[in-house]
Amino acid sequence: MTLSDEELAEELTDGTAYRAPSRLRVVTGRFFRSTQGRIGFAVLALMFLLAFAGPLVNRWSYTDKDLTAFMRPPSADHWFGTLQTGSDVFAVTLRGMQKSLIVGLLAALVSTALAAVVGAFAGYFRGWTERSLTWLTDLLLVLPAFLILAIISPLFGSGQWVVFVIMLALFLWMVTSKIVRGMAISVKEREFVQAARYMGVPPVRIIFRHVIPNLSSLLIVDATLNVSAAILTETSLSYFGFGIQPPDVSFGTLIADGSRTAVYAPWTFWFVAGLLVVTVLAVNLMGDALRDAFDPSAKRSR
Amino acid sequence: MAGFLARRLLNYAVLIVVAASLAYLLAAIALDPRSNYADRTPKPPATVVDAQLTALNLNDKTPLLQRYATWAGGVLHGDFGKSVAGASVNEDLKRRMGVTFRLVMLGLICGSLLGVLLGAAAAVRQYGWFDRLTTGVSFVVLAVPVVVLANILILLASWANFRLFDRQVFLVSGEYSVGLEAGFWGHVVDRLQHLILPTVSLSVGLIAVFSRYQRNMMLDVIGADFVRTALAKGLSRRQALTRHALRTALIPVMTYFAFTFGALLTGATFTEKIFGWHGLGEQLINSIFTNDVNTVAAISFLAAVSVLCASLASDLLHAALDPRVRA
Repeated sequence: MTLSDEELAEELTDGTAYRAPSRLRVVTGRFFRSTQGRIGFAVLALMFLLAFAGPLVNRWSYTDKDLTAFMRPPSADHWFGTLQTGSDVFAVTLRGMQKSLIVGLLAALVSTALAAVVGAFAGYFRGWTERSLTWLTDLLLVLPAFLILAIISPLFGSGQWVVFVIMLALFLWMVTSKIVRGMAISVKEREFVQAARYMGVPPVRIIFRHVIPNLSSLLIVDATLNVSAAILTETSLSYFGFGIQPPDVSFGTLIADGSRTAVYAPWTFWFVAGLLVVTVLAVNLMGDALRDAFDPSAKRSR
Repeated sequence: MAGFLARRLLNYAVLIVVAASLAYLLAAIALDPRSNYADRTPKPPATVVDAQLTALNLNDKTPLLQRYATWAGGVLHGDFGKSVAGASVNEDLKRRMGVTFRLVMLGLICGSLLGVLLGAAAAVRQYGWFDRLTTGVSFVVLAVPVVVLANILILLASWANFRLFDRQVFLVSGEYSVGLEAGFWGHVVDRLQHLILPTVSLSVGLIAVFSRYQRNMMLDVIGADFVRTALAKGLSRRQALTRHALRTALIPVMTYFAFTFGALLTGATFTEKIFGWHGLGEQLINSIFTNDVNTVAAISFLAAVSVLCASLASDLLHAALDPRVRA
């Protein structure tokens, strides 16, 4: 298109300035046009609503014990039934869900940020920085994350779930950082990065201003998928008593307790397990739809 | 190839040493063997506790680096030290290694073979009913953690035993029935009955992952020129797909294999613990609760070795499938 063509095109649009649609709008548009994206987003929003607004409509709080109803099946009074202690399963489940969602979100954010920084530094600086960071990444991949987290679990103590989130994030970033590194190497050769370099912008600022923002689509998708990974890891750790410690509850501790009584009291197990699976499924659907929305040229997964 | 392999092996050896040391140091810092003696009645005198802990190289009054040196010296001679109960860690783990190995191998073979086959079959007819079915099912399966899956399987199995068969078909605890009086075939059937559920719970996740990955790789390859050439030179569609497309699509999947192995070990840990198999994973969880530093370190060492073996195996398979790597 030559310059005169552009002018002509501008005239044809009745003088109203034509604005290029922002990338954000394009991507969100594509995201909500896909069925997966819509379902995933709606279900996840519903889960958040349930977890944080649900306790307001329930007359039992998670610390209440109904001493007139032990191990009762679901009823109008106790929507999900009660536990052996008389606790309301609905209230306890929502409490666990809050914790699991928060832990999952925070751990995913921290681990993706870590992956972005480590990967971008390794890819940008090359040389010994790259070698030592790659080596560190490989080292952490050698030991399964569950193993390390389980070993250091006695340090978490009760009530210190923030420490737990950070440790969880510290062992989830490795694979992403490998991908980020590969992409950072190619971004480094792009003209705008070289221009910035010749203008004397310090390398660290180039990384945070130019390299990482250009990988944002990958990072957003990855952060989403990391949420489900973090929730699953948290569940498994807490199931064996290595994660969230009592008196806090999470999906993992609830499933562990529920599985013991599931044979004769199915409501103690299936509601929690079902909510967990639905949550993770919704997150995965969202991640998949986001990936398609960012990169329509990639093969559609359905 | 030989030089490449030698460098890899050297790198792996260093990684194993560092990973095992890291695991030992973390375990020694985080676990507190002294607390095992705290709630014994009558309370043992402090000097006795100290002497016992020192004998096991677990005394926290000895400097950490000195304990580490003692431990590392033992490991170099092939001795992983003693457990908190005073038994040899080597003997215990040698017995347990076989159990875990059988479970992991079976899960791996079932998972990767079925996953690759399902993925390839789904890719052949993209958007066909089979493709849609496997996509949907694998999405759901990937959202179910092993701990939940294992428990659901146990519940379903006990329901099926009770309602459908009216006898114990699926056995949910242990590796074999203790004191079973039956012939050779009776024992084989008994082992199989114990084996089904753990293997299923371990491999279902792998099947889902591998089938997704294989499907995508296969779709990239099916439209490629060399498949068309193979068809043009007179191969049947089936031959072209199995000999050329499947083989090429397997290459990236093999690289992926190394990544999944760590997850597989973790899955095996959960499976063993839930189904009561006396393997390494179960012992890992138990020994963290009993503050057994030496056992934890030894199991971490074995985990690191096996992850790197898997990574080496995937390199070798890669070379076997891709002639360009061999050159």
